[in-house]
Amino acid sequence: MKIGYYPGCTLKTKARNLEESALAALKVLGVEAVELPRWNCCGAVYSLADDDLIHLIAPVRDLIRARESGHDTLLTLCSMCYNTLARANDIMKNDAEKAKTINMFMDEEPDYDGSVKVVHMLDFMRDQYGWDKLKEKVKVPLNGFKVGPYYGCTLLRPKEVALDKVDRPIIFREFMETLGAEVIDYPMATQCCGSYQVLGAPDITLKISHDIIRDALAHGAEALALTCPLCDFNLGKRQDLMIGKFDGAKDMPAFYFTQLLAVALGLPVEACHFDLNRSSALGILKQKGLIKEASAA
Amino acid sequence: MSSTTDAATGVKPQVAAKMIPIFVMGKKYEVPDSLTIMKAIEYAGYKYIRGCGCRGGVCGACSTVYRKPGDYKIYTGLACQTVVEPNMYLTQLPFYPAIRATYNFEDLQGRPEEIYELYPEVFRCVACNACTKVCPMDVQVMDYIAAIKRGDIKAAAEISFDCIQCGLCASRCFAETPQYHIAQLARRLNGAYLTPRAEHLATMVANIEAGRYKTGLEELKAMNAETLRKTYQERELEPATAGDDWTPKDTRYL
Ligand code: FES
Repeated sequence: MKIGYYPGCTLKTKARNLEESALAALKVLGVEAVELPRWNCCGAVYSLADDDLIHLIAPVRDLIRARESGHDTLLTLCSMCYNTLARANDIMKNDAEKAKTINMFMDEEPDYDGSVKVVHMLDFMRDQYGWDKLKEKVKVPLNGFKVGPYYGCTLLRPKEVALDKVDRPIIFREFMETLGAEVIDYPMATQCCGSYQVLGAPDITLKISHDIIRDALAHGAEALALTCPLCDFNLGKRQDLMIGKFDGAKDMPAFYFTQLLAVALGLPVEACHFDLNRSSALGILKQKGLIKEASAA
Repeated sequence: MSSTTDAATGVKPQVAAKMIPIFVMGKKYEVPDSLTIMKAIEYAGYKYIRGCGCRGGVCGACSTVYRKPGDYKIYTGLACQTVVEPNMYLTQLPFYPAIRATYNFEDLQGRPEEIYELYPEVFRCVACNACTKVCPMDVQVMDYIAAIKRGDIKAAAEISFDCIQCGLCASRCFAETPQYHIAQLARRLNGAYLTPRAEHLATMVANIEAGRYKTGLEELKAMNAETLRKTYQERELEPATAGDDWTPKDTRYL
């Protein structure tokens, strides 16, 4: 199985643990993810101003690159890249007037009609690979590991690009269950972590992020599964600021979903780049006996 | 005076140059159609003080912007390389203000964050591609900016390799970035910190410094022209079919 792959900038630097674990896992699953030979930053944030077409240029250009490379489907790992690319694609497909303006502006590129399908690793697994097939490949089931999947906003909103039912999503639960984990549902799993508001309003964002973690903890989660480097920044990296500041705040291991996939497939820890996670991440995997102590060095 | 006779030699060329109209900064001139923009501008009576350097297409001093009748596109070229076209509307852009960050190169380590700190505006790029479209060297400017945004300094250095720093990219940038300065920093970092050191070069420099080739050089310097020529002509050449184990007869400098 071969699929076009759009990595996204952060996955090449600060979130290498998201990309490298995913690519290692896909390889074991027999999926060849072909990185686009040329791509640019998708813009990361979809512009909400209705007439702000200039910010659609970047994602549309990536979709044109996918088309040029002969891909019908484009795989993403980062939920923000997914959202930005999928929404831009939606415009090109369904808004003839905007599509025309954008195509005219990009007169050095072939016209684009929204015909590439943008998928996220989660719906790719569900719809194209299949949970059953994935289950067969699991070597180290995450049995007894209580994981709280965190959807955030961009996998589910707006509904045009939602991977699942906006109000009652189960896709992430299904994914984690397939890996053998004990899935913890918690009401705030689909609340926004604060996203890039962390730049302008760091304190408010910290509180919001902490509420999400507290909710997951209260429902019994031992760790969070994430799909986005910005969520990881807010819910993972910024925990250091929460501990000591909020009553009852304590360390919560945070993983990218692809790292847990790699672990369940029995891949060596090196494939997961746990050095870029909170140290508690590696700790809990050891404690649960999911990775070997020796190779963890 | 006949326009087809060369004034200096009195010779009539076989083919008379065809005169075509061009517009330099809005003023019309008739110029021979075989000239480059630079020569045509001189032909029209202008004298270059700035905006001209190597005349060979490598210094980037002569970037020119032009349009053609009935065509909305902006065209660019190096004045010293681009041949005139009838009715082109042109102006040279010998300089375009672009801020170059100041840094102490020795303090850098070749990390992408160093570029982001010096040029935070790189993240304003919206991938409009206006930079690539105007590059007279056909550098994929937007692509190297994209590479920098994802931390790939090496790719940025390689993609921007043909840049001659003319500045046209910066003149068109929607995000107001000085792309070519950023690329120069990327190439510097790549060359100094990210490319493996050439070990054999260090050995060679050490050999030279230790005086290994001094006698040979002195011998050559002491020769008269005749002997020098003879020595050169009779020098031992590595045969085209030589294998890896080939060594010259004179092994003094190996
Ligand atoms: S004068 Fe140097 S590039 Fe034209």
